[in-house]
Amino acid sequence: MPLFGSFALLFALVLSAYSLVFGAIALRQQAVGIPSDRLAETARRAGIAIWVAVAGAAFALVWSALNNDFSVAYILHHTNRDLPTPYKFAALWSGQEGSLLFWALLLSTYGLVLRLRHKVDVKLTAHASTILAAVQLFFLLLLNFAARPFSLVTGSIPADGNGLNPLLQYPEMVIHPPMLYLGYVGFAVPFAFALGALIMKYPGEKWIHITRRWTMVTWCFLTCGIFLGAHWAYSVLGWGGYWGWDPVENASFFPWLTGTAFLHSVMMQEKRGMLKTWNVWLIFSTFMLSILGTFLTRSGVVSSVHAFAQSSIGEWFMWFLGIVLVVCLYFYVRNRDHLRSEHRLESLLSRESSFLFQNLVLLASCFAILWGTLFPVLSEWIQGHKVTVGPPFFNRVNIPIAMFLLLLTGVGPLLAWRSTSWASLKRNFAIPVTAAVVTAIILMAFGVRPWEDAAHFYSLMAISLGALVTATIVSEFVRGGRVIARHTGQNLLASMVTLTRRNTRRYGGYIVHFGVVVIVIGLAGAAFNQQKEQELGFHEQMQIGPYTLICDNYTQEDNPNYSIEYAILNVYKNGKPIGQMFPAKKFFKASQQPDTIVANHSTPIEDLYVIYAGKNLDSDKPIIKVFINPLVMWIWTGVWVLIFGTVVAMIPPISAAAVPFVQRVRPTAVALPVHSEPVEAGD
Amino acid sequence: MRLFRRFSTSLLTVTLSVLLLGASSDRARFSDLGHRMMCVCGCNQILLECNHVGCTYSDRMREQLMAATQRESSDDNILQAFVKEYGTTVLAAPTMRGFDKVAWIMPFAVFVAGSLLAIIVIRNWKNRRPAHAVVHGPQALDHYREQARRETSL
Repeated sequence: MPLFGSFALLFALVLSAYSLVFGAIALRQQAVGIPSDRLAETARRAGIAIWVAVAGAAFALVWSALNNDFSVAYILHHTNRDLPTPYKFAALWSGQEGSLLFWALLLSTYGLVLRLRHKVDVKLTAHASTILAAVQLFFLLLLNFAARPFSLVTGSIPADGNGLNPLLQYPEMVIHPPMLYLGYVGFAVPFAFALGALIMKYPGEKWIHITRRWTMVTWCFLTCGIFLGAHWAYSVLGWGGYWGWDPVENASFFPWLTGTAFLHSVMMQEKRGMLKTWNVWLIFSTFMLSILGTFLTRSGVVSSVHAFAQSSIGEWFMWFLGIVLVVCLYFYVRNRDHLRSEHRLESLLSRESSFLFQNLVLLASCFAILWGTLFPVLSEWIQGHKVTVGPPFFNRVNIPIAMFLLLLTGVGPLLAWRSTSWASLKRNFAIPVTAAVVTAIILMAFGVRPWEDAAHFYSLMAISLGALVTATIVSEFVRGGRVIARHTGQNLLASMVTLTRRNTRRYGGYIVHFGVVVIVIGLAGAAFNQQKEQELGFHEQMQIGPYTLICDNYTQEDNPNYSIEYAILNVYKNGKPIGQMFPAKKFFKASQQPDTIVANHSTPIEDLYVIYAGKNLDSDKPIIKVFINPLVMWIWTGVWVLIFGTVVAMIPPISAAAVPFVQRVRPTAVALPVHSEPVEAGD
Repeated sequence: MRLFRRFSTSLLTVTLSVLLLGASSDRARFSDLGHRMMCVCGCNQILLECNHVGCTYSDRMREQLMAATQRESSDDNILQAFVKEYGTTVLAAPTMRGFDKVAWIMPFAVFVAGSLLAIIVIRNWKNRRPAHAVVHGPQALDHYREQARRETSL
């Protein structure tokens, strides 16, 4: 199998080189009027065949893991005989070489779909296919020459492997990396289409229409990947938090921020023919930031708990990044006339301006995180010593930016395209602002003291602004729903469903915004976290907030993969029993590494998060660490809302013909003057 | 006698309150400073959040910090003592001195500069709004219909 895998990777390399070189020749010939359809078709088919070869290599690696083939160094270092089968499968992305192979597999899968759907636009797809082949070539060069997954063990073959990192032996870790990689790799497709459209000076916005769903799917995968990682950190790492501003976490956030900005700003290009250059560079940056994140974590430039060992492949990524930047700059400079805006911004108080500022805020946040991630390197270079840029920096810099972004999320939908009058501004903002002020008063009545503590201040701000955004969203649904109800006789709820089905993208987007609000409220709860650590012998108790924990017993078990020590705690809230909790510590035998198993009692109000921190060797009593983390469940709920909204936004809308009342409202719309206010509701 | 008892009870209450207040303020200081420092074992975690099993640093550092907070030393002195012993990487965020200040200023400077630039560009565009070409005939209507369709389709 290792031989088959190596051969498959070499074959894939040849195929991608063919697809790139002959694809480019065919495009060049077509550009000067020489017919070369057959050559272009061979390049496309070679592109399809890349998937077969890379899938074969991935299959060979998984097969080796499942069959304990420890002659393969990668399998030896990342699995062992007693590892459960799902984790042996997950070994594919547990180490550097395997994860690069997985990356190549996902890229070839995206390429396969793109090339099979080439009839959407043959010429543009041919350009995108050639660009994807170039990206694929880079990863296959890495896999064949710098990070070979099928390297063989020298000397005698050990009887058992070193095992999988215990932190990765958790169900979420089977899906977190694939989701994240689907997000990272997926941005290569809109990048390829954008660059292709720029190279061929493609008229119109068709490349945006083609890539809209690609981008949304990719963004959704990346979002899921990021939050699955946060949930995994919360459930496994046992430090009581879900986001530590580690460079690898930050790296996943860069393309998410610019991708989010892109999803918003393309609307301006579609509707008003504006921000063409901005959009092209946003998607270029998103792709490059995916690569930069990979470079940062694999080069050893920044230290991270996630980072793979320092290796020479960081240089490969640096070179690749440089080449991508030069190619993008070259075609931009050559064809920039093609990207001239058809319209210009007419007012600071307009939907366009809100999109522009929202983009600016997202990019500022991206810059702040990138800056903080790279500052230790810069500091060492200039001052000669490294500094740490940790959570206090990122929280202090990003929270105000996030507040501003949340404000714009609430304000944006209330502004009309082109220009908004002060009168309509006052009218539209009355309810949302009232909702925000009332929320702030209620929170202060319940004991939030923004003048005493910055964390309380930001929590108050976040929840109040969340109320503002929610009121905006609800008013948008109700206002649109009422119009439909008036013309169709449906009830308001059914009308709002019809409204959403008519414009899935817009109202799906609002649902996504609501999901973000729910997440932000969950994050705001962190200001009220409590924690306590105590040794807890038999029948001893500890108190935290309204909870009492009594140690009923502590015990241990053993199986071939690991031994486990755990405490059995009876838990009471305000004196009433709420059940037993079993915080534990595992010790994996093959890797000789411990792992924390958190016990979590989660409710919408708060999580009771209990960790078995170890045993005091002097007293032989377990050390129990307890956190009360308010509103954490809201974060995970918000992610589900966000995914639901994204799915709604991707569903094709029902056609206007299916909605008879459109005919009845049209005369009114036509009679409106250009700058009339109702435009903002019907945009 | 009664007066003495009242006086001694009050004194005891006040003393205990001050002591408990002091203990609570020590704990708050310990928590605050412990969240401004990193564990130096290489786990990349905040000192008070390090849950590294068998970590050879965090327990010792926490004990040092607890002792330092009880010695009434100022926060700055405590942090400087840790920097002296463990190096600059022990601080969880750059300081507000020297080149470190750039770390704090730059994100906001970029954001403010970007916002100002956007405002200036919008104002310029607004002031130089191009005159629309007057097109007569049905073609003009087609043009505006297409524009209306695009601008209201989302």
